[in-house]
Amino acid sequence: MIPLLAAVVPTTAYYLVLSAVVFAIGVVGLLTLRNPLVMFMCIELMLNAVNLSFVALATRFGDISGQTAVFFVLVVAAAEVVVGLALIISILRPRPGATADDLAELKG
Amino acid sequence: MVESFVFAVAAVVIVAGAVGVLVNRNPVHAALSLVATLFGVAVLFVALEANFLAAVQVIVYAGAIVVLFLFVIMLLGVDRVEDLEIEPFPIQRWLAGVVGVGVAGLIIAAVAQGRKALGEGEALPANGDSNIAQLAENLFSDHVFALEFTSILLIVAVVGTVLLTRKRSAG
Repeated sequence: MIPLLAAVVPTTAYYLVLSAVVFAIGVVGLLTLRNPLVMFMCIELMLNAVNLSFVALATRFGDISGQTAVFFVLVVAAAEVVVGLALIISILRPRPGATADDLAELKG
Repeated sequence: MVESFVFAVAAVVIVAGAVGVLVNRNPVHAALSLVATLFGVAVLFVALEANFLAAVQVIVYAGAIVVLFLFVIMLLGVDRVEDLEIEPFPIQRWLAGVVGVGVAGLIIAAVAQGRKALGEGEALPANGDSNIAQLAENLFSDHVFALEFTSILLIVAVVGTVLLTRKRSAG
């Protein structure tokens, strides 16, 4: 395995492929899981995949703006987690064990 | 050599953590798998010379956000194993798998298509400034309005959270 690794230098394409794989895992989790909390974690996975590709391209093309975008994604993700978890608490506290399918009662 | 070793180890940790989020039926274990993924991404940020973002990733994501997740799991008491016997839409998992493979395949095909463009272009200029100085200069010059708007966003988020989770008064 070590000689194999020595021949390969991780280029930007490697980072982008890794980020695509993680993003797809997040998509599959969001579509299949039913616990709203774990679905939320899958959204975090997708955000991290995008962050990784942002940083890889920022480093490749020497443009620091990509890292600035990641900074804003981090801030928005923090705000999103706070509001989303507050929503989950206010929905799930009266009915523990509810799944995402039960949240259809949010409809007016 | 060191680069490819770091990338390989971090990639394995990231993908294993992501799969762990997916397959762990216990939400606490899923949250701990998420920490592994976030940490692997932080390692790759260091490898890509984004030192400030690596530190922020560990502090904000692995520190604050995952702790918030665990806090909510414990508060709601949903840390039991999910019941998988009831399947409302039997075809849903298959469709989700198809969509996931499709998304990954499309992005990888796009990367393969754009490989030439990735190989061209100028490399990172040997700027004397450190990563954090460059980031600060960019943030406070080109993106200063967006930065100010994030402060509004954070205040709205805090106020909204307080309103959402407060117990209704009896009156």
